[in-house]
Amino acid sequence: MSKIKAENVNVYYGSKQALFDVSIDIAEKEVTALIGPSGCGKSTFLRCLNRMNDVIEICRVEGSIKMDNLELNSRKLDVVRLRENVGMVFQKPNPFPKTIYENVAYGPTIHGIAQSKEEMDQIVETSLKKAALWNEVKDRLDEIGTGLSGGQQQRLCIARAISVSPEVILMDEPCSALDPIATAQIEELIDDLKKEVTIVIVTHSMSQAARVSQKTGFFHLGKLIEFGPTDKIFKNPDNQQTQDYITGRFG
Amino acid sequence: MNLVLVTFIILLAFTSYYFGRKKALVIQSSQRLTALPKFYGYYLAAWCAAPALIIFALWSVFEPSIVKTFILQDYTDQNLTKNELQLIYTKVKALAAGTYTGNITNFLDESANKYIQLKGIANSAKVAIILAILIFSLSFAYRSVQKNDRMREPVEIFLKWVLFVASLGAVLVTIGIVFSLLFEAIRFFQAVKIFDFIFGTHWYPAKTFVRDGQPDPELMKDAFGAVPLFAGTFFIAFIAMCVAIPIGLLSGIYLSEYAGRGIRKYAKPIIEILAGIPTVVYGFFAALTVGPFVKEIGNAMGLEVSAESALAAGAVMGVMIIPFISSLSDDVMTAVPQNLRDGSYAMGATKSETVKKVIFPAALPGIVGSILLAVSRAVGETMIVVMASGLAANLTMNPLESTSTITAQIVVILIGDQQFGDPKTQSAFALGISLFIVTLLLNVIALSVVKKYREKYE
Repeated sequence: MSKIKAENVNVYYGSKQALFDVSIDIAEKEVTALIGPSGCGKSTFLRCLNRMNDVIEICRVEGSIKMDNLELNSRKLDVVRLRENVGMVFQKPNPFPKTIYENVAYGPTIHGIAQSKEEMDQIVETSLKKAALWNEVKDRLDEIGTGLSGGQQQRLCIARAISVSPEVILMDEPCSALDPIATAQIEELIDDLKKEVTIVIVTHSMSQAARVSQKTGFFHLGKLIEFGPTDKIFKNPDNQQTQDYITGRFG
Repeated sequence: MNLVLVTFIILLAFTSYYFGRKKALVIQSSQRLTALPKFYGYYLAAWCAAPALIIFALWSVFEPSIVKTFILQDYTDQNLTKNELQLIYTKVKALAAGTYTGNITNFLDESANKYIQLKGIANSAKVAIILAILIFSLSFAYRSVQKNDRMREPVEIFLKWVLFVASLGAVLVTIGIVFSLLFEAIRFFQAVKIFDFIFGTHWYPAKTFVRDGQPDPELMKDAFGAVPLFAGTFFIAFIAMCVAIPIGLLSGIYLSEYAGRGIRKYAKPIIEILAGIPTVVYGFFAALTVGPFVKEIGNAMGLEVSAESALAAGAVMGVMIIPFISSLSDDVMTAVPQNLRDGSYAMGATKSETVKKVIFPAALPGIVGSILLAVSRAVGETMIVVMASGLAANLTMNPLESTSTITAQIVVILIGDQQFGDPKTQSAFALGISLFIVTLLLNVIALSVVKKYREKYE
């Protein structure tokens, strides 16, 4: 079942083209990994899916990206509604300099999801539980979120992202700033989350892509070189460039 | 004579720099240098200039008082007071310079000759000593250059001391100013009780003016009450902040979050130009344009408005302060990391929600710091108040009346003729030190708030 369908996506930063005719089908409730060397456009593509490229003044996106038949790359799209449905976790943990509770309650507050204090408490608790952080922070919800360790901060950001029950979560190298133990925790979390949400993850680590994803796309120089089931990409890729990258011959 | 001597020392230092460098190149041909050749030059130049200039400075400081002691020795048996002795010495100096026009007594003439003679001896001694020192220190330095001693460390140590002396000078001057304020203020408080100064509600120093002798203590009690001035100062600063904080903050938010790069590129420098306008220009703008305008509007509405109103002065002062607040708050909000913004946008927050809930709270300490700095500027501002808000120290909370501030009163007290020992004159120092304490406190608080903010993000 396809969740997001991108067709012939071209992205320009000013006069420089960053993505060339990317077409991809992202399946529902699966983990799709995007791999490729630095500057290959995988993060740029990810940011098209929740229109984060709007923030960059000089960035221009062409082509069609449909989520459940809703055109995302349209001027008429309600970006606020879209981002409520498509959450994002960034490379560097970026909790707000507020309390842990306020961090998780941020999304529900701005979207008016909770009707009462009890309901909000409930949302915060479930989100933190889903992010596997509840047991560590339940006694100090009013401490500042930036005071947690790096791995905890990243899980807090995941809790923040799932607090509004999105259908899709985008992860932009979520483990690159974390140590191996924290990385393992996040990967376990991704595995749990995919029962309910569609996840697109950009990663530098090929082993991580192999561990967590069902589908993998390989980007190179702004082009999607190959896309298919993770097993196939890693064991028997069709394309020579993919083969070279996977085996570590470049990148 | 002194100029020639100093020029000579400096020229010699330059010469020895080139000489030292050349010498290093010669040494290089036979052995390994301990530092770059220029360090050899610096070493020689430093040894040439520093000791000679230090001795020269010390000599110039002490010579006059030594000569004076010698001259006045002849007068010790006459039982003269200190002031009379000073007068005689001034006469002797004038006579020696040929500018004395009074009666010349034999005694005076003799002293003048002695003065000329002493000065001559002192001058030759000075030249001789400086030359001796130059020769001694240069030959000492040259010997260690020849021996190819380590050159880098002494030069670095020398530079460290030069920098230390410069900063010491700056600190000492500041301390000196504070102490002179303090001592004069203490003398003022001997004449006027500190309690009457801090809590008195009448400021009317002109009342204490009497032709001869001491003014009436009862009058003194009621003439130096600083409450109207403190009230006026903070009242005008308050009006200024009412203008500056909203406009400055909102334009700061616009510049940092909303303005595109094109607008920001032009708008920010234009706002900062406001900060470059001399305050005296704001002053006559306030006095000649805004003041009468406020008066007209008020009159049209049937209100009684003074031409020099606190409102006009405060409003113009507020305009003057806008760029401080807008520029500083723009800076602190721009410094909030981009990934916090991304995090908020990615949650579906709009721009205004992001500013209100994430950027502004994160930047708040820095913004508070910038506002406190702006307040201390408003409190210390002088020109606008002198020109636009009147000089009579009314105790009023009506922005349409004229009022006065600490700074304006200091100006009033110290322009024109004044007697130094007079409490009226000394009251300026008391006002000055109170102003200094207020702005110092504000600055300390502001800086510590800003520092706390920095620790959070860096």
